[in-house]
Amino acid sequence: MAAPDGDSDRAGSASDAELARRLDRLSRDLESEKRERAAGERLPKSDSASYALAFRLASEFVAGVLVGAALGWGLDYVAGTSPWGLIGLLLLGFCAGVVNVVRVAGRMSASTGAADGSRRE
Amino acid sequence: MEDKVDPIHQFAINNIVDLGTIGGVQLAFTNSALFMVVIVVLITGFMIAATSPRMLVPGRFQSLAEISYEFVANMLRESAGTDGMRFFPFVFSVFMFVLFANVLGLFPYFFTVTSHIVITAALAVTIILLVIIYGFYRNGLHFLGLFVPKGVPVYLLPLVVAIEVMSFLSRPISLSVRLFANMLAGHITLKVFASFILMLGAFGFAGWLGAIVPFFMTVALTALEVLVAFLQAYVFAILTCMYLNDALHPSH
Repeated sequence: MAAPDGDSDRAGSASDAELARRLDRLSRDLESEKRERAAGERLPKSDSASYALAFRLASEFVAGVLVGAALGWGLDYVAGTSPWGLIGLLLLGFCAGVVNVVRVAGRMSASTGAADGSRRE
Repeated sequence: MEDKVDPIHQFAINNIVDLGTIGGVQLAFTNSALFMVVIVVLITGFMIAATSPRMLVPGRFQSLAEISYEFVANMLRESAGTDGMRFFPFVFSVFMFVLFANVLGLFPYFFTVTSHIVITAALAVTIILLVIIYGFYRNGLHFLGLFVPKGVPVYLLPLVVAIEVMSFLSRPISLSVRLFANMLAGHITLKVFASFILMLGAFGFAGWLGAIVPFFMTVALTALEVLVAFLQAYVFAILTCMYLNDALHPSH
């Protein structure tokens, strides 16, 4: 009685190993399939996404300069330091606009870099 | 469209019901308000009609609602993490409102709500106020760490903090101006090219023949405007998510 039991046990573990191997292969295949599909999907999306990004970069920069100008004009109006507040804060606003643009562009390249990294894994 | 071309006329605000004045400010139910009501009714009706069958295998409307839910939920989860999901109702409302306003505005004779900077600025200011208030409520004074990047030498700190504050203040402006400018410019361009057809048509048969060119331009621009309508709603919503992320996790 023990012998057939052990036999079936061994057979069971062998088929378990076989099953595990097949499951492993299947999940690997599915993974690569998913990756290929994601890579295919990324291409048609990129066109409209880059349009959105271009408009974002432009408006971020302009908004920074506008805020600087408005704050400077307000400071001059309140403190009567015309025109130095406007000049100084406009320059700072220019810096803020550049910071905005660099930040958006950096986030963009970081996200695509991360996506590439996960694809290679 | 008689003999004068007036591409701005489509943005005119008309009073439908006058509600009198309060404190010197005139109150009225305008065509803009009417379309906002239409938008809200449409969104609510669509979501209720789509979700009431609750089928395991969704029908057309239910799958549309599920797609929009998953789209916004994924967007929010990716940019603000799972604890950003508490803002899901807000972000979803903002996204659907802007999307419906943009798309409804594309119909002839319809009013484009988002082509007025008052509307987009009100939305943007609401979002930024939410970010500031919730940021202070959740993180206390740590929220101010948003303005102090790590690894900056002390002598540069005042300059950097000033620039960071300005960069933060520029957010509602870029958020509102982007949406408003896109809708305004797109609709004016469409109107101008469409009126070229009529102006050329005034020259008789040869004019109508030549009008084929602006006609195709109008068709192409309409397609572009559909793209822009969806894209700007998406950009508006994803930036809302990113700003909410700053309120949730202010560490730079």
